[in-house]
Amino acid sequence: MTAAVATNREIPISERGPAPRKVVVGYGFWLFLLSDIIVFSALFAAYAVLSGRTAGGPSGVQLFHRREVLVETGCLLASSFTCALMSLAIEQRRRGLMVVGALATFALGAAFLGLELTEFSGMIARGAGPDRSAFLSAFFALVGMHGLHVAIGLAWLVSMVAQVFTLGWRPMVVDRLACFALFWHALDIVWIGVFTIVYLGAR
Amino acid sequence: MGKLGWDAIPLHDPIPLVAAAVVMLALAGLGVLVTAKGWWPVLWRDWITTVDHKRIGVMYVLLALVMLVRGFADALMMRSQLALAAGHARGYLPPAHYDQIFSAHGTIMIFFVGMAFMVGLMNFAVPLQIGARDVAFPVLNSVSFWLTAAGVLLTNVSLVVGEFARTGWLAYPPLSELAYSPGVGVDYWLWSLQISGVGTLLSGINLTTTILKMRAPGMGYSRMPIFTWTALAANMLIIAAFPILTATLGMLLLDRYLDFHFFTNELGGNAMMYVNLIWAWGHPEVYILILPAFGIFSEVIATFSGKPLFGYRSMAAATLAICVVSFMVWLHHFFTMGAGADVNAFFGIATSIIAIPTGVKIFNWLFTMYGGTLRFETPMLWAIGFIVTFVIGGATGVMLAIPPADFQLHNSLFLVAHFHNVIIGGVVFGAFAGYTYWFPKAFGFRLHDGLGKAVFWCWFIGFWLAFLPLYVLGLAGATRRMQHYPDVSWQPWMVVAFVGALVILAGIVLTVVQLVVSVRTRDRLRDASGDPWDGRTLEWSTTSPPPAWNFAALPQVASLDAFWEAKRCRGGALPAAPGEGGRTLHLPRPSALGVVVAFFAFVGGFALVWHVWWLALAGLSGCVAAGLARAWQVEHEFEVDVVAGGRA
Repeated sequence: MTAAVATNREIPISERGPAPRKVVVGYGFWLFLLSDIIVFSALFAAYAVLSGRTAGGPSGVQLFHRREVLVETGCLLASSFTCALMSLAIEQRRRGLMVVGALATFALGAAFLGLELTEFSGMIARGAGPDRSAFLSAFFALVGMHGLHVAIGLAWLVSMVAQVFTLGWRPMVVDRLACFALFWHALDIVWIGVFTIVYLGAR
Repeated sequence: MGKLGWDAIPLHDPIPLVAAAVVMLALAGLGVLVTAKGWWPVLWRDWITTVDHKRIGVMYVLLALVMLVRGFADALMMRSQLALAAGHARGYLPPAHYDQIFSAHGTIMIFFVGMAFMVGLMNFAVPLQIGARDVAFPVLNSVSFWLTAAGVLLTNVSLVVGEFARTGWLAYPPLSELAYSPGVGVDYWLWSLQISGVGTLLSGINLTTTILKMRAPGMGYSRMPIFTWTALAANMLIIAAFPILTATLGMLLLDRYLDFHFFTNELGGNAMMYVNLIWAWGHPEVYILILPAFGIFSEVIATFSGKPLFGYRSMAAATLAICVVSFMVWLHHFFTMGAGADVNAFFGIATSIIAIPTGVKIFNWLFTMYGGTLRFETPMLWAIGFIVTFVIGGATGVMLAIPPADFQLHNSLFLVAHFHNVIIGGVVFGAFAGYTYWFPKAFGFRLHDGLGKAVFWCWFIGFWLAFLPLYVLGLAGATRRMQHYPDVSWQPWMVVAFVGALVILAGIVLTVVQLVVSVRTRDRLRDASGDPWDGRTLEWSTTSPPPAWNFAALPQVASLDAFWEAKRCRGGALPAAPGEGGRTLHLPRPSALGVVVAFFAFVGGFALVWHVWWLALAGLSGCVAAGLARAWQVEHEFEVDVVAGGRA
């Protein structure tokens, strides 16, 4: 019924009645992502205000290893590519291929997280933890928040693979997989901001 | 058990103990009554686990009314303390207690009365107004409500276990940092707002999606009822503003729990950054509260004038203009920060500009009434009382928007009088107008009219008695949040303000009486038509109370005020949309997800307040487990026969 209305080009989009379930779910998730990006923007703003406040402690230039962060960035960007491949596999309902994509995405995401945790523990070990200065507080909160999102994403990915195996390709599962892909790509966009502003912009 | 011990119960302090004992006795009495009558299964199935937007809306409003009593008790204590504590007299509230009272009053009134009331009314009315069968995500709606309730519970638990914040309702650092507020009060405040804030955000996403994606066929943007427009604006503001609150409170939590230094005095922290961030949320927040109230007044004034709303398009445009400009004025809350003349001038002008679209609205309401057939029913009284009160509140707001004047008036009782002038005169009046207006739709009978009018007059007169003196005192130099004052010449004004509070108390008591009387005499107040006010919008085209599915057949909308049009031209029958009118529909099943998640969120929040780490982990695990259990559930819907009115 809705489809019949939607194909009628005479009627403006705003007057075609309730959207299909898939569109409603996707739209709601986009709004959630927007709100999540606003959380990050508040943390970015705090970082911008506090980045010079080292309180006699180490600054970004002294602490960051850009080469390692570049490898980290490569892992995360590559994981977005494998995530997109996974989406293609889902579109064709090819479970084996989807699992390969999920495994690759998980491995790259976990590698990113591992590198990030190594960086964090190294900094804390040399006395540059979040309690050292306002700059480091803002750094750990911003980058750590992104890391927390990646960790949640990895857990979500595992549960989605389990859903595909136990529940099959139900519309509800496919919609959730689409939301996961949106989430994962959004984390990439946020990371590009982190990489540019925090690491390349380090003073 | 972390920091939790028996010394957390304030045995030396009779006021909270007695209050808590009364509340617990009332709850226990209610529990006994529900058990004796055998209502638990109905309560569980039809209310606690419901995913019906109308019932969730009703529960929000009920929560708001209960919290209004709680927040008002705080107000009475403050006003009576100040009526007494002049010169050598010290009153009966010690400073440490008084500080908790004004903090709790502000927190409860904004988050758990204003927000809950408006979210409840939007939840109830918006899907009906746009011709939808429910919100976009009904189960998420239930989660939102119960998370709000968990935040409410956590705030109220602080009354008996530990203490509440003594920092004011926005907990500015460095006072709210661990160094100066080592107790659990600020932590209660933080976790209550984090938990209920997540609920509000989810509700904002839900209603925005509903309005933009679920409207009945034919309802283009220029045919949306104006309340729906204001709800859209308010919910977009929720999506844009509440994440800032979450992030800001998160930073303060990191400062307090993990020794971060966002806002501390030491190691480079910047307390003014908190004040900027919190108002970047806080100013849009006041428009989240007032815009739906504007929408309610628009519906009420058009309905009770028997005319279409004057300037519909300019009303929608003014709403969206306010929505955008509300993000450009936050600094007027702290002109005295010292940002300099240029910055203050920018924010002063931006603030004054908001008066323009607001003025457009006022004139639209006046012109709607002009030449109309006015009916002075209770909702209309609230609307007219609002126009008078709000214009004056707006004028004092423009005074405060002038930076040099603000340097004098900042943090004085003048400011307190101003924001109560707009919040009571705008939000509370709007909430009561909406409550009276939509009550017959929700329950099928009207509220008692005479008592409703008495409630209005108590609030209207009480408000002016309580707050006009505060303008005078503020100009005389009285500051806010003071527990005692040396200048006895202020006392008469304080006594008048206290009398005003007592008149408002009469209004609140009469609200309860009105509800009880209306329920008892509901047969006489019954409305069989579904359209008791001769309404204009789609919610009045269905029965009162509406069926769980709202509309058996979705209507085809061809104009603004489609129901009014149908009543004038087709005897009230709206045409069904193509493909509608089948016998069976699919409805979402009730779900315990909301109440279970909120239970674990409350447990987790309580544990975090008291540093009981194992229990916090249990709370988090409970939330995750409930979510996973829901994720694997396959049967989400059941079929109903709309003709027979039950399960097919």
